[in-house]
Formats: sequence, structure tokens, C-alpha cells
Amino acid sequence: MKEYTITVFSENNIGLLNEVTIVLSRRKINIESLTVSESEVKGVSRYTIVVYMDESKVENVVLQIEKIIGVFKAIYFEAEEIVHQEVALFKIANSDKLNGNLEALVRNHGAKILTVSPTFLVIERVGYKADNQELFHELEQYGVLQFARSGRVAVSTSQKDFTSYLKELAEAS
Amino acid sequence: MELATKTQNTDTMCKNTEHLSGAEILIRSLIEEQVDNIFGYTGGAIMPVYDALYDHQDELQHYQARHEQGATHAAQAYARISKKPGVCFTTSGPGATNVLTGLADAYLDSTPLVIITGQVPSGFLGSDAFQETNMIGLSMPVTKWNFQITKAEEIAEVMAKAFYIARSGRPGPVLIDITKDAQITTTDYKYKKCENVRSYQPMPDLDMSQVEAAAALINGAKKPLLLAGQGILLSGAEKELMEFVEKTQIPVACTLLGLSSFPTDHPLYTGMLGMHGNYGPNMNTNKCDVLIAVGMRFDDRVTGNTAKYAKQAKIVHIDIDRSEHNKNIKVDVPLLADAKQALSELNKLVSGAEKPEWMQSFKDYYQLEFDKVIKKQAYSDKEKINMAEVVRTVSEQTNGEAILCSDVGQNQMASARYYKFKKPNTQITSGGLGTMGFGLPAAIGAQIGDKDAKVVSISGDGGFQMTLQELAMIRQYNLPVKTIVLNNSFLGMVRQWQDLFFEQRFSCTKLDNPDFVKIVEGYGIQAKRVSKREDLDAAINEMLESPNAYFLEVVVETESNVLPMIAPGAAVSEMRLE
Repeated sequence: MKEYTITVFSENNIGLLNEVTIVLSRRKINIESLTVSESEVKGVSRYTIVVYMDESKVENVVLQIEKIIGVFKAIYFEAEEIVHQEVALFKIANSDKLNGNLEALVRNHGAKILTVSPTFLVIERVGYKADNQELFHELEQYGVLQFARSGRVAVSTSQKDFTSYLKELAEAS
Repeated sequence: MELATKTQNTDTMCKNTEHLSGAEILIRSLIEEQVDNIFGYTGGAIMPVYDALYDHQDELQHYQARHEQGATHAAQAYARISKKPGVCFTTSGPGATNVLTGLADAYLDSTPLVIITGQVPSGFLGSDAFQETNMIGLSMPVTKWNFQITKAEEIAEVMAKAFYIARSGRPGPVLIDITKDAQITTTDYKYKKCENVRSYQPMPDLDMSQVEAAAALINGAKKPLLLAGQGILLSGAEKELMEFVEKTQIPVACTLLGLSSFPTDHPLYTGMLGMHGNYGPNMNTNKCDVLIAVGMRFDDRVTGNTAKYAKQAKIVHIDIDRSEHNKNIKVDVPLLADAKQALSELNKLVSGAEKPEWMQSFKDYYQLEFDKVIKKQAYSDKEKINMAEVVRTVSEQTNGEAILCSDVGQNQMASARYYKFKKPNTQITSGGLGTMGFGLPAAIGAQIGDKDAKVVSISGDGGFQMTLQELAMIRQYNLPVKTIVLNNSFLGMVRQWQDLFFEQRFSCTKLDNPDFVKIVEGYGIQAKRVSKREDLDAAINEMLESPNAYFLEVVVETESNVLPMIAPGAAVSEMRLE
């Protein structure tokens, strides 16, 4: 079992996400994280899916996703082939306990404070999942009211120019 | 419809545009797509479509099934015989869920279908309304594409897309779910055929360097073997296959669904592949040096244990579906094209001499199989009739030129093994899904697809009882379908596995059957039962000579197992003869 990041480009149609996940769930592959939003080309969605799966099956799975009508392209990447990040938001109770300690913590972790209210404050950190998790553990002493993490977003390190590729696909209609 | 036409606003109407109800648009879309036969079953949520059909009965013949599953199997066989997508209408809820088996069957066997299911009015969607089921969610894993129409304006475009997707590339079933309000609302209508879907590439560009690589392997082969799959029939590549084979002198073996793509009386034909296929092609799969797989997908029933499958061979794999390359078997040269295109290109580059020693090995294996299996089964001297001899007799009396629709199980394997197919596209069976009850409605659809053909349906007593209500279609539409039930009073194939792998513990496989002849006579169809060998020839002759529908029950030996066999988990070369 190995971690793969699968990038899918598709039409922005109702039900397509369901079709993509069926390919994974029928093989009992769990989705570790999933992010879907519009790509650089209008009307084309970009999915970033993180899965752990058997090396021998990943190509089959990606081709089965690409076979779905509505999907333009599906590609899989190993960790070293992508640059990836996720966003974490932490809501902390505002109290005397914070006492200036928080400021150093936020700075050391490369995080930032988004909102401060009399009762709570919200910290944002963009980075790797493990580092966001570490900040969460350090914040726990102050009482974390909420902790929300986005799924992974990723771009590939290869030379491939997806923007023009996608535009070509979209214009081929 | 007439009302709708009268109320149209002619001032704002474009030229060649009409103002029609959704149901009328749906019917006209079918006519635009050259549909002339429909299978179906009416009900509440599809009533407006059936009402619109009432005005078009001269252009569209509707065949009323007695269960929606029967309608889908008939449509599947119709599609395979007529080479046009099969079309079904059903209502929402239970009518719609009853098509799921047919969809799954068509999806696995690459059969083009356009299934139209009625749906509750759009305002009720998601509310658990009467006869509401989420057909898009339910059919998603077993359709090539599906779509829910909630507005009349969507119908023409979606229907055009549905037919384009169903028939192009690797064919498959499409489900269109249409809400009742979309059927009733009126809108402007203009039909435009679909020629392109931007996220879908049905005919990918064939990489010519791969064609050259394949030709080099083929031309250098000493012991090549060609595996002929259904892709040959689907792309109409029978001539290209014949040219390829005669140029290269490569022996041919067919998959179950590839049967009839190559004539069984050709000197280079070596038999069927797979679990109950012929001994020679299975054994030689693990001895050949180059394997050329054409329009087949290395199903586990063909490969046996994949870890021990053709490891010594270089493999060329022709398939139009890229996700089939390297899915089950790693291949050396994948060719992304349909069988017709790939073989046409290869035919420009290939040649080869006769391979007498290699061909002799197939003949030797056949002799072994004949002595140990075929002689005992197809020419049985036991007291009871063997199902193999029934199929052999049908084959001889029809000269292998009838369309044979088999069901699933022992009857299917006997049909595939002992019917000597001579003409392309004369076998209809449920391959991937193995759907019991497929055979009879399939024979009905096949007969409708080719009114002049002799169509013979062969089922077992188990499968026959799963869809026998469709005998009503045979009667209602006066279809001269010949139905044979091979009755061993058992679920024979499961019984065989219990015999071989479950210590003869015959759990729930014995059937206490009704009087089939009486039942069939109740449908107004001539019926007969034979149980003695001396009556068999004449009974089959009488059936085949009848200008009408005819039912023949043959009481066959219970204890007979279909052999040879590749046991589950075994390699193709570990096939057992006894």
C-alpha cells in the first residue's frame, strides 16, 4: 500500500463525483482526502483525491475513472511528483491563559491569526497535514473549540502544461 | 400532441421548429435515431410517453413484455442481431428497478441499450413519493452513461447524446430517467444528431508504431495463437479477421462471446477458450510464443489463474477500451482501436507460413478430448439423453446456421461447445453477468431483430422458470421461436460444483418442476416432451420444420458434468478431461 494523489479533470455535472467515488468504493479503497473546485478553465472541475492503495492497481483505477463520460483526464502521482498543501483553521477560546504565549507559537509555526473577538480567536495555517496536526496538539493546552482541515490541493512538478491542455479539451466541443 | 401543436406561437417559432409535448419529442427523437422496435411495460410515470406512442404505431412497433427484465434481455438480443441500440420503456419505481439486471448484463457484455424510465414529477424528487426510486444512483455502476431529464427542453439533446454514447466506442447501456412533468410540458422541438461529446473519445487514434511492433511479433512467431472476442462481432471485423488469419496461418480460438466470429469448420479454428472450452486452445495458451487477443478482455473464466497464464508468450492486445489494457493480464503490445481498424492496419504488414507441427498439437489435443469427453457426451450410449447430444443434433439439423440463444449454466456450456457456428453473429448468450433467465427473452429479441432467421433458444429447467412469462410475447406477436428446455430437474452447474468441490452435498439444487408442456400449452404454443434417444432426432426435426413457435422439453441425464474443466484457481494448462 502506497499513498497516491489522483488528479481528475471533469465536467461540472451533477452526479459525476458519485461516479468517480464508485470506482474507488467498489474496490474498497478509502478516500483519505478529497477536494473539488473549478480549475483554471471555466466549467472544468479539478479533483484532488488522496488514497492509499496497491501499486499494481493504481493505473487500472485511474483509467477506469478516466473512462467515465464527463471525465477529461485522470492522473496519479506519487509524493515526490507533486507540491501539495492543505489549509487548517483553529478556533481557540480567548482567555487570560493565552497571555502572549500564543503569539510566539503562531509565529514559529508560520500560522496567522485571522480573527480576534472577546471570546475566541481564529488561527489559520497553510502547510502539510502533519505540521498542521502538530500545531493542533500544541494549541490543545489553550482549549481548541474547533479544528477544521481542508483536503489536499496539489500541482504536479512535471513540465506538463495543464492549462493549455484543458483549454484545448474545452474548446474541442 | 395535436392540442400542443395548435397552441404554438407561430410568430416566435424558428423555421423547422415545432412546439410539442416532451413525450412527443421523445418519440420523435427515437424515430430520428432510426428506432423501429421498442420493448417495454407501461405504468403510471411513463403514461404520457405511451400516449404519444399511440399516434406513431405505424413507425414504432412496441413489444409488450410481461416483466421489465424480459424487456431488457429481449432488447439486448435485438441490439446484437440488428446492430442497433435496443430501446426499452418502463415506469418508475419497481418498473425501473426491474431493468437493473438487464443493464448490468449489457454493461458487462458491451451491448448498446437506451432504457427510458419514467420518474415521478420533478417537484416530488427526493421525497419518497409513490413509486419513486433514485434510478440515477441505482443505475450508475451498471451504465455507460445515465441522465435524469426534468425539463422538456432537455429531451431532444439528451436523447441524441444517449444514442451516440450507447452505440459508439465500446458500446454499452444508457439509462434516461424522465420526470412525468417533463413528458407533459410543451416546448420547441428541433432534432440535431450528436456527433461529439467533449469529454469522451470513442475512437482513439491508433498508434502506428504499436501496430508495427505487433506486426513484428506476429511475423516472427513460430507458435502463435489468436483469441477472438466479441469485439470482432461488435465492430463487424469478421472479414478482416479471416484475411488476417489466412495471411498469417495463425490458429484461432474464440471466447464464449466471440463464438460465431470465425467459422467452426475452418481448418484454423481450434475451439473455445475458458473454463469449459476446448482442451487444445487452453493447453496451448501456455505453450504459444505470441498471443494475439482481439476484442476480448481476459475475463477470469478465460484466464483461470492469471499468475500462471501465458507467461511464456508475448501478448498483443487489441481493445477499444484503454482501461482493459493491462487490467487482468500484463500485455506487451496494446493496440488501442476496435478490432476492425486494428486488423485492417495489421493486414497491411503481416504474413506467415503454415505451421503444421503447431496445428498438429491442436489436433492431438482434440483427439484426446474427443475420446475422453465428446464421444461420451455428444454421442452418449447411456440410457438417458445427454444435453450435449441434443445440441449436436440441433447443430446438425440447422447446419449451424440458426441463431442460438442459450441460457446460463450447463445448458450454456453444452450449447457453446457442441453447436458448430457457421455464420457471424449467430450466438446470443449472457457472458459476463451469467444471468439465468436470459435465454428465452433473448430469443424473442433476436427473432424480432431478424424476422427471417431460425431462432433456437436452449435453456435449463432452472433458468427457464425465471422468465417463462415471456412466452406470452411469443404468442402475442406470433414469433416462430423454437424453445428447448434441457430438463435435468437440477440446477445443473451448481450441482456439478457440489459434486466436484463440495463433497456431493447437493444443497438446494434439486428442483421439483411443474409440467412444462402443460404450462407452454397454456400460452397457446405447441409443445412436446421427449425422454428417449430414439425419439430425439424426429422431435427436433418436427420443431425446426414448424412454421410457428414450438416448445420441446428434453429430459436429460442428471449426473452428467460439463467437461473438460479448468477448476477454480487452476491454470489453463491444468484443465482436466475427467
